[in-house]
Amino acid sequence: MSKVKVLVLLAAGVNCDRETALAFELAGAVADRVHVNDIIERPRLPADYQILALPGGFSFGDDIASGQVLARKLKHRLAGPITDFVSQGKLVLGICNGFQVLVKLGLLPALGGDQARQQAALTFNTSAKFEDRWVYLKPDPAGKCVFTRGLKNVIYLPVRHGEGRFVIGDDGLAALKSAGQVALRYVDAAGSPGDYPINPNGSVDDIAGISDATGRVFGLMPHPEVFIRPTQHPRWTRGEGAPPDGIEIFKNAVEYFKGR
Amino acid sequence: MFRVEVVFKDPALDARGPSIKKQIEQDLGLNIVALSVRDVYYIDAPLTDDRIDLVAQDLLTDPVLQNFSLGAPPAAGVDWAIEVGYLPGVTDNVGRTTAEAIADMPDLLGVRSQESGVRRAGGHVIPAEAGIQEGAGDFVRTATVYAISGRLTEAQAERLCLGVLANPLIHAYKIMASAEYARAAWSAPNPPSAHKPQIKTVDLPDDDAGLERLSRDGLLSLTVAEMRAIKAYFARPETAAARLVVGLTDKPTDIELETLAQTWSEHCKHKIFNSRITYTEPGAEPVVIDSLFKTYIKRATDTVAKEIDWLVSVFSDNAGVVRLNDKYNLVFKVETHNHPSALDPYGGALTGIVGVNRDPMGTGLGAELIFNTDVFCFGPPDMAEEALPPGILHPRRIFRGVRKGVEDGGNKMGVPTVNGTILFDDAYTYNPLVFCGTGGIMPGVIGGAASHEKSVKPGDLIVMVGGRIGKDGIHGATFSSVKLEETTPPAVVQIGAPIVQKKMMDALIDARDRGLYRAITDNGAGGLSSSIGEMAQFCGGAQVDLEKAPLKYSGLDPWETWVSESQERMTLAVAPETIDELMALFNRRDVEATVIGSFADDGYLTVRYDGVVAARLDLDWLHSGLPRLELEARWEPPETPSNQTVSIEPSIALLRILGSLNVCSKESVIRQYDHEVQGTSVVKPLVGVVDDGPSDAAVLKPRADAAEGVVVACGINPKYGLIDPYDMAAAAVDEAVRNAVAVGADPGRISILDNFCWGNPIKSDHNPDGDLKLGRLVRAAQGCHDAAVALGAPFISGKDSFHNEYDLGGRTIAIPPTLLISAMGVIEDTGLAVTMDAKREGDLVYALGLTKVEMGGSHYSGLTGLRGGAPRFAGAAASATYRAVHEAIKRRLIASAHDCSEGGLAVALAETAFAGGLGVVVNMRRVKTDGFLSDVECLFSESNSRFVVTVKPANAGEFETTVADTSWSKIGKVTNTGRLVVTGLDDRVVIDISTDELKKAWQEPLKWV
Repeated sequence: MSKVKVLVLLAAGVNCDRETALAFELAGAVADRVHVNDIIERPRLPADYQILALPGGFSFGDDIASGQVLARKLKHRLAGPITDFVSQGKLVLGICNGFQVLVKLGLLPALGGDQARQQAALTFNTSAKFEDRWVYLKPDPAGKCVFTRGLKNVIYLPVRHGEGRFVIGDDGLAALKSAGQVALRYVDAAGSPGDYPINPNGSVDDIAGISDATGRVFGLMPHPEVFIRPTQHPRWTRGEGAPPDGIEIFKNAVEYFKGR
Repeated sequence: MFRVEVVFKDPALDARGPSIKKQIEQDLGLNIVALSVRDVYYIDAPLTDDRIDLVAQDLLTDPVLQNFSLGAPPAAGVDWAIEVGYLPGVTDNVGRTTAEAIADMPDLLGVRSQESGVRRAGGHVIPAEAGIQEGAGDFVRTATVYAISGRLTEAQAERLCLGVLANPLIHAYKIMASAEYARAAWSAPNPPSAHKPQIKTVDLPDDDAGLERLSRDGLLSLTVAEMRAIKAYFARPETAAARLVVGLTDKPTDIELETLAQTWSEHCKHKIFNSRITYTEPGAEPVVIDSLFKTYIKRATDTVAKEIDWLVSVFSDNAGVVRLNDKYNLVFKVETHNHPSALDPYGGALTGIVGVNRDPMGTGLGAELIFNTDVFCFGPPDMAEEALPPGILHPRRIFRGVRKGVEDGGNKMGVPTVNGTILFDDAYTYNPLVFCGTGGIMPGVIGGAASHEKSVKPGDLIVMVGGRIGKDGIHGATFSSVKLEETTPPAVVQIGAPIVQKKMMDALIDARDRGLYRAITDNGAGGLSSSIGEMAQFCGGAQVDLEKAPLKYSGLDPWETWVSESQERMTLAVAPETIDELMALFNRRDVEATVIGSFADDGYLTVRYDGVVAARLDLDWLHSGLPRLELEARWEPPETPSNQTVSIEPSIALLRILGSLNVCSKESVIRQYDHEVQGTSVVKPLVGVVDDGPSDAAVLKPRADAAEGVVVACGINPKYGLIDPYDMAAAAVDEAVRNAVAVGADPGRISILDNFCWGNPIKSDHNPDGDLKLGRLVRAAQGCHDAAVALGAPFISGKDSFHNEYDLGGRTIAIPPTLLISAMGVIEDTGLAVTMDAKREGDLVYALGLTKVEMGGSHYSGLTGLRGGAPRFAGAAASATYRAVHEAIKRRLIASAHDCSEGGLAVALAETAFAGGLGVVVNMRRVKTDGFLSDVECLFSESNSRFVVTVKPANAGEFETTVADTSWSKIGKVTNTGRLVVTGLDDRVVIDISTDELKKAWQEPLKWV
């Protein structure tokens, strides 16, 4: 079987594209870094790929709001190719800034199947600061997300953002939970919820990552792509970090296409 | 003109407001009830009502979180509204992005397509039918409204505005009471008015006083001797004859004079480091030093270079280049951005970091960036506001702004900030220091050629790529050669645009790998005049058509375009056969690139404007006609009063030192920098059982296909410089190398950079002790040489910043001589790296290196007023220790290794213990010393070249054999008691304190950041 192909989307200010591509390649896929302008020029380009990855960074400087300008660009210039991609049963992953873009675009959470309307938000951390720190995350056992299947009870990844506070109305939250769309929550090392810094940004219901109702579109604030080697763990010199948690998320995505 | 104001529906979801409110309370002691932040967009475009509505709704407002208003803003509950925008010409990043976003969405503008459009800043095309005119400045400007509820007097509101929210050098602001705000009478400032570009000729006066005045008034920063050399050049008959041919008179044009001022600036030519110095020490005959650079810095490298084979390119390019392995080379440069950061801390520091990014980018064929470092020196953050003279920003504000600037520059460029430190001293209140460094990586060979070499051929096209040119940053290079005064012109203040640079860099690496350009350099100090002037040397000439250079707005005179230091620009030399492919690539990446001339071999730098020759300078003379400085230097050791015998209980002293600003945890700052982007991190700045211990250095694995790692460290201690700058310099080199070795760098693979920040070392009537300042510089350069040679660590690049002085009412306040040494090392295998935290109970604790009575400049002395000599550097012993430690690390014998420097053994032991969440028990009698030391001396002396190391008992024998030829001592062990217990020389316990208490003291001081 030929290898799964991943399109890692580039745009001005995206800066986690190399490590995201590397993670997918380590997981057994072929990853191409493709600039958004090249897709606008050739809208059929995404058809060659099975996975679309929106990496972290500061797309367009996060000016106006994080992820906003790239989300508008995708909406106004590439709405068709992206909806086609999702409707064809393929996978979409948004990490950090990529998650912000997917939420602004409406692909997440897409409650009620509405993929064109922004229904939730990611805004300024309650600390009002950008912060780089490692957090523990618990996959929701009822979650449908393809990417988090079979993960350990608690995994460990870094967050690196200033606008990661997940906000959604009460009804939306209830719908999100009942549809199994909560994928990851911030917890402590033992798997229990807690205040800052356990929940690093003030997200409602400690939500760190969500999927759409199919589980095939996934966005998360933490960065799984930088925990694919044991020595990326902050305490590897103390004997922790093996095997690395982040790579599993990419393996899940690649595995998804096995036998399809 | 439309005004769109975007407001959070639920203010509790916007954390910015409470954060600024807290800052106002902390910094100004003003209490307000609430503050919320509102984003304002002024849009100058002929849009219909429903179109502007769509832009506001679809682009500017988050439908879940926010509402927008057009026209009158919602003023209910607002007692004061302070609107802060940018002054005309100041970079407005959000405004530009918004304009580009609007231009990118034809359906938003209500036009059909982008065909036949108008090109604008950033390479974007605006549909012509949208009716937006080019050249009138960006059509979107932004501002921020701070909506305040709370009873404030107008004076308090103004204090709040100027104390926290706005800086009049870059901001336009308006303070409005509720009623006025509701009327929304305020509109954004207009861009600079149109001005017809002019080229002037300049009369060079005959007398020295006139020449000096011309230099001073024109901000040329040229000396009388230099002005005379210029006058002599223009007076030569052959010069006049050659000029006549192209229509120039025998008088210089303003462009020519400015070119000379930039090219001959201290910033570009390092005149002081290359000067001939007559140096006198007490009791010795004067000696002549023929260039400090050649005699001490370069000679150290030449000496070390005989023993090593990994130097690739040193001192000749924008940054130094060394080999990582057979495939990759590493590039490193550190710069300072001091004066701009004093005036506008945020913009100054942001420009500092994105500016130094361009040095590795502009080295050889261009490197990719892999790490940033930053070191700051500030005044004390708790300084009384009353103690500040007018015009000086409070150290706390400078700190906040600089920190934020480096955050935005590093994070948005996607470059991890992995190492640095912050020092505080009264002396930096008037002249904060901001050191920014960037490392890069490039394949050793690109397209079959060595990547570190540049070549330019006659006929190659000159391409300017990246941002546009504005009045921001004019005279930056010459400005750094004068001291700050209350009347310093604000035209030098600029704000970087990291995203413009990031997309340019991405496109450039693409172009590099496809062989689409022949040479690259950055537009930094001196702008185009320097970049083209330097590149022209490779082929012997250049011809520039300056009117082609794209401007941010009209109204610049040609000389301003030529020397502007507007950021985010590189200059390329491009072969005519690759130009089309290159331009197409940039176009597809929304990166603006313009052909502005071509390289030549006629021996001249020629600048035309609208076809008329505006400058023509003999290239050889331009680069070598600068008269050499002849300077006097004198060294006198400071008087050291006899020791006072104030003593402080060791445990009290330890708590106070750990809780001092210079030693305390910098975690609050470190966490706001992305230190893990690119996924290369191996040893992070924070380490230990709960990720909060102070790492000595960073380790990166820059490429997945290379086993080798890069180690980044630094050393700085201006306190020793007050005693003897020689000792300061040697200690800084030693500390930088030691920090790198502590995490696993091979001591035979460490290269270093020097950054000198000094006062004005040129003696004159206005600067009577200039010779003393130069004497200190000589001492420091000597210390650099001796330590670098002893440790086998070559300098590969460096930078100097003089004139770190402030003129206050006729009194000159200079900073203490400050030298930063930055180290970049190589570790053979990143899997060998070691961190500083104690690992497990029962491990043995060792002190490596000799502890001596060297209390001068120490933190303990800072508490007691104790005087004495600064730590002396003993090269052979240091080198032996470092080689032994590395051997032990390679054999995996070391569980933790920690640099022992500021605060001595006591601080190193405390940090080792609390970072590991463990206790340590040690006996001072076991510490190897060079004689009888008291408990206090043993614990707090800051002797060089020492480590605290922990070792698993099973490895103890082999470890002790490995370090046998060094001064080592087994001083105790790691415990699980959570206490630091120190037994003194008379077997009494002198410290017994919980590590939690020690850690708390250490973490407290900068929590507010």
